[in-house]
Amino acid sequence: MKRGILRTTTFRLALGYLALFGGSVALLFGFLYWATAGYMARQMDETIVAEITGLAEQYRQTGIQGLAAVIRQRLARDPAGSQVYLLTNPNFIPIVGNLDRWPNAPESLDGWIEFELQDQAGRAGEAYLAHARHFVLAGGFHLLIGRDARALQQVQRVILRSLAWGFAITLALGLLGGVLMSRASLRRIEAINRTTREIIEGDLARRIPTRGSDDDFDELAQNLNAMLERIEALMEGIRHVSEGVAHDLRSPLTRLRHRLETARMAGRDPEEQRRLIEASIAEADTLLATFNALLRIAEAESGRGRAGFAPVDLDVVAQDVIDLYEPVAQEKKQTLTAALQPARLVGDRHLLSQALANLLDNAIKCSPDGGRIDVTLSTGDAGARLTVADNGPGIPPEYRGKVLERFFRLDPSRSTPGSGLGLSLVAAVARLHDATLTLDDNHPGLRITIAFPQPKSA
Amino acid sequence: MINATFPIASLAGRPAVGESKVQATPQAMRVLVIEDDPEVARYLVKGLKESGYVADHAATGTDGLVMAMGESYDVAIVDRMLPGLDGLVLIETLRKSGNRTPVLILSALGDVDQRVRGLRAGGDDYLAKPFAFTELLARLEALLRRGSGSRSETVLRVADLEMDLLAHSVRRGGRAIDLQPREFRLLEFLMRHAGHVVTRTMLLEGVWDYHFDPQTNVIDVHISRLRQKIDKGFDKALIHTVRGAGYSLRPTDSEPPAVVPAERRG
Repeated sequence: MKRGILRTTTFRLALGYLALFGGSVALLFGFLYWATAGYMARQMDETIVAEITGLAEQYRQTGIQGLAAVIRQRLARDPAGSQVYLLTNPNFIPIVGNLDRWPNAPESLDGWIEFELQDQAGRAGEAYLAHARHFVLAGGFHLLIGRDARALQQVQRVILRSLAWGFAITLALGLLGGVLMSRASLRRIEAINRTTREIIEGDLARRIPTRGSDDDFDELAQNLNAMLERIEALMEGIRHVSEGVAHDLRSPLTRLRHRLETARMAGRDPEEQRRLIEASIAEADTLLATFNALLRIAEAESGRGRAGFAPVDLDVVAQDVIDLYEPVAQEKKQTLTAALQPARLVGDRHLLSQALANLLDNAIKCSPDGGRIDVTLSTGDAGARLTVADNGPGIPPEYRGKVLERFFRLDPSRSTPGSGLGLSLVAAVARLHDATLTLDDNHPGLRITIAFPQPKSA
Repeated sequence: MINATFPIASLAGRPAVGESKVQATPQAMRVLVIEDDPEVARYLVKGLKESGYVADHAATGTDGLVMAMGESYDVAIVDRMLPGLDGLVLIETLRKSGNRTPVLILSALGDVDQRVRGLRAGGDDYLAKPFAFTELLARLEALLRRGSGSRSETVLRVADLEMDLLAHSVRRGGRAIDLQPREFRLLEFLMRHAGHVVTRTMLLEGVWDYHFDPQTNVIDVHISRLRQKIDKGFDKALIHTVRGAGYSLRPTDSEPPAVVPAERRG
């Protein structure tokens, strides 16, 4: 892997998500702690406050002697020493209680004191924490009442520890998940990168592997593969065109050269020379026509042709082209019929005219004398469909894709007239208009359909 | 008569014997050729001179503009891409200054889009390179006539052929001829260019508004149909085929077949 996991987008996302999740877990745990351990602490405080209120009442009714008696009584009931009592005179000299002196510990503003005690019950040397409140009685006497906070602290510790563990595990799992997720995405991105690099290095046939899981990565891979498919087809097209140019233009150029050379040799015979020069010009014109057709296809294929898009009445375009070709068909005693429904679409009138002209040209050329050519234009929910059907020899199914390629000709000897570009232009024009071009069997003959998409109502 | 004033081109590019009355038009038409490619320019100037025009040449856009503004030309041939000043800018400048000289744009950029831009800039016709000289000449003559010919005529006449544009009717020698709408437009185009060569491309553009070459010679078939209706049954044909160029509508006895290449007759 060329890129560190820390730099992947997925990992960064996972990390960000983890921080957010960690924050909310911390908040939740804080509330949990407050609700459990905090509740116990508050319970204890409330008991202490209640006892102070009770003892202060005792003092008001029975004086210092009565209070001391009650405290003594209570101490006797609690030999384990889980409760802390200390009553002192105003000078903090103990009167009664289970502490031998006033604890030397800081006191909070409302009188709460935390201090350490030695366990009197004999567990030698073990210190424990007491939580107490200092109350000043009316005569300046000091009253300290507290509780052994060990149990509470233990519970608090247990809760804290489990919450901390929970938090740590959450973070660890999140981090692990992030890493795993990033590694998974990194692996798949790396697969795409690897394929891309191989393609850059020249292997255009490579495709990005898909898992068949239909997830977003698969979709990305499929889209990239579709793009590669198109690029490969275009590259193939370019290769094919170059070869076509080389092969198909070489013979007319050779003929042209031969004729000019013969004309030079025939210097004595002006009539022969003129004939040869005229033949050469005709040959050059044919070559130019081929180049023009190639340029026209390129123009349609580049999509630049969309600049000429405007609303077009396809039925009018079709009728015009049919009018143009009708006498030609008649000369061959062919029947040319037209069934045209009105259809309006946005397109290039000139290119559409030429595409249809090429189709009719082909149909008339390929159909036998006395044949039949039907042009239909129908409109439906799917959009306009333009069909040109003839009863000529047709095209074998295995060649139906091939004939759309530039320079492809069914007749390998190339003895029939034509450049092998007519249907390529039709295909390019169809593609420019987002239309689909299909070639079917007309039993017998060829049926070519251009299905235009439904115009988008803006 | 529509056809008497202008020289008929000798399509072989050389004055033909017996054509002197046409070639010796006292005031030869002046053509300005603005073209930077010396080869093309030489070819144009030579061909034009041999067809009876006076041709001047400018090799840059700026020179061309100065010459077009300074002198009076009957027509200008302007290359689309020129050093100094772009052909389209040149034409726009010319038009803004009120100069109405007809302009034929020559360009290696042949697509419809470029054509529209050329005509929008003020050009009168557009011809893609490479072109046949006969095509250029035919278009040049059509442009020259456009200035003088009136568009508001309601009746066109060539010999005994008469076309009523309002009534949409055609008669020859008093006999009514029934034409399909497209045949009518084809004949109208030929009659408006009577006495001159009209190329197949000009017919496709002028009658069908198509700017592509159909693989089959569809125009020939249409003309032969029209011939059946116009010339059949009359001893003198009006529609003539001009070899290697196109067609011409004219009275048979008005001109010698000036269009047959000179070598053949010489």
